[in-house]
Amino acid sequence: MLNAEQLALLFGALTALAVFVYAVFDGYDLGVGMLISSKKSEDADTMIASIGPFWDANETWLVLAVGLVLIAFPVAHSEILQALYLPTSFMLIGLILRGVAFDFRAKAKSKRKALWDKVFKTGSYLTSFCQGYMLGSYVMGFESSIGALIFNLLSGFGVVAAYQFIGAAWLIMKAEGELQQQAIRWCQWALRICAIGVVLVSLVNPIVHPQILALWFELPMALVLLPLPIICFALMLLLDVSLPKLALKPQTGAWLPFAIAVCVFALCFFGLAYSFYPYIVPGKYTLIETLAAPESLNFLMFGVLFVVPTIVIYTAYSYRVFWGKVTPLSYY
Amino acid sequence: MLDTLMLSRMQFAANISFHILFPTITIALGWFLVFFKTQFDRTAHPVWLRAYRFWVKIFALTFALGVVSGITMSFQFGTNWPGFMEKVGNIAGPLLGYEVLTAFFMEATFLGIMLFGMNKVPNRIHTLACYIVAIGTTLSAFWILSLNSWMQTPVGFEMRDGIAYPTDWFAIIFNPSFPYRFFHMLIASGLTASFVIAGVSAYRLLQGDVKAAPKLTLKVALTVAAILAPLQAVVGDFHGLNTLAHQPQKVAAMEGLWHTEKGAPLVLFAIPNEEAQQNDFAIEIPYGASLILTHKYDGELKGLNEFAGERPPVKPVFFGFRIMVGLGLLMIVISIGFAFRLYRRKSLYSWQLKTLVAMTFSGWIATLAGWYVTEIGRQPYLVSGLLRVDEAVTTIPSSNVALTFSMYLLLYGVLLVVYIRTLFFTAKKSVLVEEFGSEPNQLTTGAHYA
Ligand code: HDD
Ligand code: HEM
Ligand code: HEM
Repeated sequence: MLNAEQLALLFGALTALAVFVYAVFDGYDLGVGMLISSKKSEDADTMIASIGPFWDANETWLVLAVGLVLIAFPVAHSEILQALYLPTSFMLIGLILRGVAFDFRAKAKSKRKALWDKVFKTGSYLTSFCQGYMLGSYVMGFESSIGALIFNLLSGFGVVAAYQFIGAAWLIMKAEGELQQQAIRWCQWALRICAIGVVLVSLVNPIVHPQILALWFELPMALVLLPLPIICFALMLLLDVSLPKLALKPQTGAWLPFAIAVCVFALCFFGLAYSFYPYIVPGKYTLIETLAAPESLNFLMFGVLFVVPTIVIYTAYSYRVFWGKVTPLSYY
Repeated sequence: MLDTLMLSRMQFAANISFHILFPTITIALGWFLVFFKTQFDRTAHPVWLRAYRFWVKIFALTFALGVVSGITMSFQFGTNWPGFMEKVGNIAGPLLGYEVLTAFFMEATFLGIMLFGMNKVPNRIHTLACYIVAIGTTLSAFWILSLNSWMQTPVGFEMRDGIAYPTDWFAIIFNPSFPYRFFHMLIASGLTASFVIAGVSAYRLLQGDVKAAPKLTLKVALTVAAILAPLQAVVGDFHGLNTLAHQPQKVAAMEGLWHTEKGAPLVLFAIPNEEAQQNDFAIEIPYGASLILTHKYDGELKGLNEFAGERPPVKPVFFGFRIMVGLGLLMIVISIGFAFRLYRRKSLYSWQLKTLVAMTFSGWIATLAGWYVTEIGRQPYLVSGLLRVDEAVTTIPSSNVALTFSMYLLLYGVLLVVYIRTLFFTAKKSVLVEEFGSEPNQLTTGAHYA
């Protein structure tokens, strides 16, 4: 049996893991959704086929993340979701739209297919933007000033760019020919916008929360922490340089952009998580202050320890089954 | 003007009602697909594969709607019912957690392999994936119904400072009303899926489809319905007795019994009148209710008068119950009658096919009616005897809830229409497809036929 501190740490870490995995997994499929263009319908088919077997499981990580906050930190759950009531609802509408569009397009009359592609794209944009807006609002401690609003909107666009970046990187890995070339161009653009976004958040965050500034520059942790942003930017730069080369030789190293994207996401995410720890509602509640009853969490913990590794194994299996370049989707 | 409480309740009811439509189909349709697929593995007869391929498309669509509306549900507790988690979250939380961990991931991951992996994995693994998806949907029903039943009949906990703490997880999960609710819901799902399959198959036959697959699926679905429909009435009866033991005020509302009575009549139809505390225009069978519920013609039944301030509104519970039971009886008659003719004559009259088309979504209506009885019958409590609905509601301004509520309603309305049209459109399209194509079992080529 774990005590309250250990449980807060364990469930805090699990929640962070779920959010991160969600951002990477659903990030790439939302990104692919936003990049779809209804003008070229074969490309749209390939792009959708590249995410078809995964999107459902990807979204389950969101359910897990929200679920973990609900279960382990119930007070934080209602505090955060009530503060973010409207963006959450709009995000849900976006998720609904894209989820159904995905399936309706496959079964619709061919003249309706372009319409469902548009719905899919719109839903992907709406979802990503709202998630960015929510992230911004969380970082700003749910403030409602004009400055905060502008920051939230920028953060919305930032996440849109970030998801397009990882989505394009996914396509580089999964697509061939002209679509792959197109994906390389998308990736380059999205990467640059993303870089600006990361700089912006890294500047604003310490300005709004002075304690975060202290956290990052305090020795001895500073020695470990300060290299992180540097590595992050070095990786982005490396990718920016290697994308044009990849365009010339698309057969080799097509996995590199996606791998770099995952590393960039991981570094940024770690930076954010570290800045807020041990708070779960910024500036208001720490993890342990909102912790549910230890007897409940201990009961759940057995499941977690046993089930989460299993989930990892069969998720890996499913990615192996659909490994390699996309083949057309058919139900058999 | 509607306040936040009322709007939140309406929004929650709309969301859960929309959500449940799709799981009710997928829980059982998953098992139908397992059956089609294993029959194909066993007999190698292509007609089973055709049945599988047609219905797996419907399954995919239904599942997608279930998933997206389910994600909405998982946010609802935080956005609209903060008091719920504060007070009983220690119990509700882990149950929801186990649902996500043991069911959602498994079904969502293997769904990818089930839908798109047939020519990428060995056939055995594909069949296994079908099993896992079906087990997953059933498991999620297990956990969520355990939670819902606990809210109806809470046990295995103690109260400290107004907050519920678990003391016995086994008792919580297998709480007194859980087994009844679980089996009743599984059978409800079996009936809903059977009538959807029967209705769509009948529609294809009426459209002039001469292939073997729709005839086969019609027969399978009617057979399953003919077994489940009577069983559902029996399980429902046990369910009612269980409710009588734990929530007598709900049964009183279901039966429209205003005053405690010995030898209470069974009210077939009436219009309950809250002001006068009586039934208008009642058609009754003397001693009926006492006989059914106490198994004695002069048994005493508690009336609503015993539960002042603690009892649900009568009308929705009363009518909901009659709609559900009425449809249940209709399903018994239709499934047994039609199955009988189908087995003897190998075909149905055209009016019978048309009746089945009309009955396609009867399971939905019965399921919704049943849930309304259960949930409204628990009012004014959210968790029986522990937490009242008005203590749990959010403090968000009502205008925000009104905005989101109207958006959801609009979206759900559109989606429902599109879903039903797509279902029949898919059926119509498949009529034109040739039987078995040039090669009967194109397991590996993945050729497109509907
Ligand atoms: C009796 C059945 C039943 C009932 C009453 C509910 N559900 Fe459900 N739910 C299912 C049966 C189900 C299912 C069959 O298992 C689904 C449908 C499609 C799927 O993925 O699983 C599902 C999906 C589903 C999902 C999406 C899972 C995924 O991403 O794969 C969520 C988040 C929820 N549900 C949450 C809820 C909540 C919070 C409920 C109640 C308040 C609820 N469900 C009632
Ligand atoms: C099994 C999981 C379910 C859980 C945990 C659950 C929980 C709840 C909660 C928290 C409320 C809000 C408070 C209230 O107004 O009573 C509620 C109300 C309601 N639920 Fe459920 N519910 C479940 C399933 C369903 C289903 C499947 C339906 C319908 C198809 C349904 C229909 C309703 C309705 C109509 C209300 C409103 C009752 C009223 O306010 O008068 N519920 N339920
Ligand atoms: C003659 C047949 C039936 C009888 C006697 C019957 C009886 C009952 C009873 C007593 C309840 C309990 C209410 C409560 O206390 O919670 C209930 C709930 C319910 N019924 Fe039925 N029922 C019948 C048919 C059906 C059919 C055909 C369906 C759907 C296809 C259905 C779906 C449901 C559902 C979904 C619930 C609410 C969830 C639950 O508690 O399981 N029922 N039914």
